[in-house]
Amino acid sequence: MADTITLTIDGQEVSVPKGTTLLKAAEKVGKDVPHYCYHDGLSSPAMCRLCLVEVQGAPKPMPACVTQAMDGQVVSTESELALDMRRGVLEFYLVNHPLDCPICDMSGECHLQDYVHEEGRDHGRSREPKRVFGRDDFGGDVLFYGDRCVMCTRCVRFMNEVEQDQRLCVVERGNRSVIDTFFERGLEGTHWHDNIVDLCPVGALVSKDFLHKARAWDLDHTPSVCPSCSQGCNIELHTRDNLVQRLKPRENLEVNAFWMCDHGRLNYEWINHGERAEAPLVRDQGGVKAMGWKEALTLLVARLGDVEGTVKAVASPFASNEDLAALQALVESLGGGDIVYRMPRAEDEIVLKGFPTLARRRDLAPNGRGADLLGLRRVGGDDGTGGLEDVSAHAGVVIVLGDGLADQGADFASGAALRVHLGTRSGPAVATADFVLPITTFAEQEGTFTNHEGRVQRFWPALNAPGLARPAWLVLGALVAEGTGSETPRRADEAFARLVAAHDAFSGLSYDDIGTRGAVVNDTVPLSGD
Amino acid sequence: MAYPYVSDREVRVLSKYFGDPAQRRLDTYVERGGYQALKKAFEIGQDAVIDEVKTSGLRGRGGAGFPAGVKWSFMPKQPTKPHYLLCNADESEPGTFKDRELMRWDPHQLIEGILIASYAIRAKHAYIYCRGEFFEATQVLAKAVEDAYAKGYAGADIMGSGNDIDITVHVGAGAYICGEETGLMNSLEGRRGQPRVKPPFPAAVGAFGMPSTVNNVETLSAVPHIITHGGQWYRQWGTEKSPGTKLFCVSGHVNKPGNYELPLGFPLTELIEDVCGGMRDGKALKAVIPGGSSVPLLNAEECGRCNLDYEGVQAVGSMLGCASVIVMDEDTDIVKQVRRMVQFYAHESCGQCTPCREGTAWMTKVLLRIEEGRGTEEDLDTLLEMSRQMTGTTICVLSDSAAAPVVSSIQKFKDEYLALIRRGERVGVA
Repeated sequence: MADTITLTIDGQEVSVPKGTTLLKAAEKVGKDVPHYCYHDGLSSPAMCRLCLVEVQGAPKPMPACVTQAMDGQVVSTESELALDMRRGVLEFYLVNHPLDCPICDMSGECHLQDYVHEEGRDHGRSREPKRVFGRDDFGGDVLFYGDRCVMCTRCVRFMNEVEQDQRLCVVERGNRSVIDTFFERGLEGTHWHDNIVDLCPVGALVSKDFLHKARAWDLDHTPSVCPSCSQGCNIELHTRDNLVQRLKPRENLEVNAFWMCDHGRLNYEWINHGERAEAPLVRDQGGVKAMGWKEALTLLVARLGDVEGTVKAVASPFASNEDLAALQALVESLGGGDIVYRMPRAEDEIVLKGFPTLARRRDLAPNGRGADLLGLRRVGGDDGTGGLEDVSAHAGVVIVLGDGLADQGADFASGAALRVHLGTRSGPAVATADFVLPITTFAEQEGTFTNHEGRVQRFWPALNAPGLARPAWLVLGALVAEGTGSETPRRADEAFARLVAAHDAFSGLSYDDIGTRGAVVNDTVPLSGD
Repeated sequence: MAYPYVSDREVRVLSKYFGDPAQRRLDTYVERGGYQALKKAFEIGQDAVIDEVKTSGLRGRGGAGFPAGVKWSFMPKQPTKPHYLLCNADESEPGTFKDRELMRWDPHQLIEGILIASYAIRAKHAYIYCRGEFFEATQVLAKAVEDAYAKGYAGADIMGSGNDIDITVHVGAGAYICGEETGLMNSLEGRRGQPRVKPPFPAAVGAFGMPSTVNNVETLSAVPHIITHGGQWYRQWGTEKSPGTKLFCVSGHVNKPGNYELPLGFPLTELIEDVCGGMRDGKALKAVIPGGSSVPLLNAEECGRCNLDYEGVQAVGSMLGCASVIVMDEDTDIVKQVRRMVQFYAHESCGQCTPCREGTAWMTKVLLRIEEGRGTEEDLDTLLEMSRQMTGTTICVLSDSAAAPVVSSIQKFKDEYLALIRRGERVGVA
């Protein structure tokens, strides 16, 4: 084929499309050529000179990040020349680097550490005093440690090319070059600046939020989906001691590329909230009693069998598809009824200019689209409150899933024959329910969210659930099974399979298909409120 | 004002009117046959102009010595985008002072060359990128450009020929690296003066993203003469591969330092002894930098067999560069001299590429330490290894330039390094 070329890299033949760089071609044969200034999401200035490789016939070592592969080329990434040049560059980096790894946040995930360990000299020869820049507050969430900087300019290029808000620049020249803000105007007020902390290959740009909080090697990484808006950015939850320590974007070119917004990134403390509902609470004539699941559910099934009247339910767009579908199955099994949800909505989208399919969306919840696809109805205002007058006045069964009812008083649905609340925390309106059943957050369970464009994306459990809290799909699934004589789903994928069977929009999807990248539903349903 | 020093060995083609302020005036220049070459160029057409320059064998006088006519022929023949001619007047190589003189004394010769070159490469706009420190030269040149516009030698419909060529004089801010052609383009566009990665080459993607050609002041100043007299005429001087005359900027320990226009291939010894009146105070020659501070040093023995043309200097292991001959006598402290040059490069490094940014600064520190008597023999090995890793590893050749004098001085004058190291050891500083 004319558009494919074949070359030899480190003795292995590889075919790549015309125009592929040597760096990408080398990746294909499993060679990770060290690099700093190159990043898949940015332009390539070829200035760190770390990706130098030997190309047979070329007079000089070539930068792999910008050199296009040619047919028949013979490239070595590990020849004596290439290693010598890279060893030199790494030693140059260390001439002025403070080597303060023991107190550096990046330690353990630092590319300078990795590369020097792999290819560098075992001791430095520079005996000269080091250049000192000190620290600078760049505004927003970012601190700058100038001495650690390797001058790759990824941060400058991100702000110029991707966020397209010029806030950083290189000042001075030569080895006096340093990254700086424009006078006092730093990064304050920009919405994507924490991405430069991810981009920084060393510990020069660090997050104030994460500063000295945890060592990289103590963190567990769990793939997940950002719950802060309907974009559904692919993320990783970094956890330690059963607490979320930080969120990091996970690459997915179809959703968020390499980026995520600062709003989503820093909005995680609620996951670590300590005051959780930990055991099923059941109210009877004698007051409220905590009990085990078996006892509580037996009582609840009995009560549901006794109660007359229709069902009204309130769900939450923070609940997974599986949870919402299980709720719907329960309502169906009880004779059907209206299910509503409330979702806060921001005034504007915050679009990432350099990757315009990514934005902090207006809907500030991860699964509004999923709720719509499952036939739930949106109520209430843009602040996520109100709209529950109908439910509150309902005389039959009222079931609430996930909505904390923060705007409701203790008299919420006081006229209902039976009130069941599935939630993570208590509150005035929650405490008066007949049954309060503790459920897990998205960080403690497996499940899926459907993002604004109808992409179903999986998330995985990163934390242990507190006390007796269980996923809502499991609790609701057990109730349905009890009422209909069917089997209780035992795993999230089974709960999802039931959803798929019941809802055409999701037909054909399975956990395996969705994988870590997501899959788009085959139905387009307009978002409520559009 | 007479020009300081002249020699009867000179062949003054470009420098004929050095020292004659009248030449700066447009009417004098025209009286002395000026702008006739431009007229002829318009008559014979672009391809003939390029062919004539190719025939002359004129090579780039900025340092690389690339044949000018060949360079011009890389430009697209059927322009689909605007083309630009960039005149590199950012003469900053330590030891070089020829372009400044060409601009000061004969600005119209340069403007005529620029107009011919612009015409040849089908550019409608030429920029003259002047070094920031060239106050007088820039003023003289800007006045000349103004006069040329006023008399219809530049701008729209030049001399009624229907050709439009604008000339803009742009003043840099004083950075060595802006003399590198792609750094010059970035600076001209208002960006940081940092060299660009090649490819793409300027003839494809140059200034403002358009096809561009960058030529040195001296190269362009020679063009009117070649067009007037023909390419063969220019070949009467110089060697087969390095034809023509060249301005030699001689500085250092000679009796008569200055600018001398000589045919290429002129023996270095004769330049020092005859043209420049010999070594100052009758001292012995120790070393010569033949082509500006970025080329390897020559020792006295090598100087004796060095002819000053591109190939001749290469044959003794250095480069002609821009022919800035820096002569050093027996009293010169080579280590200090090299340290001072490397320090210059450390100061002027743009800071993009790691080997250059860190290497030049580190080298300076090591050399300073040796100079102060606190060096060790291992330092010399470190310097040589650094030099190797700084050569050919960066976007432009600034770091190669910094490494060249270090390597050549350690090879040729190792005793001086060792003497400093040993003296330091003796007095216990090390």
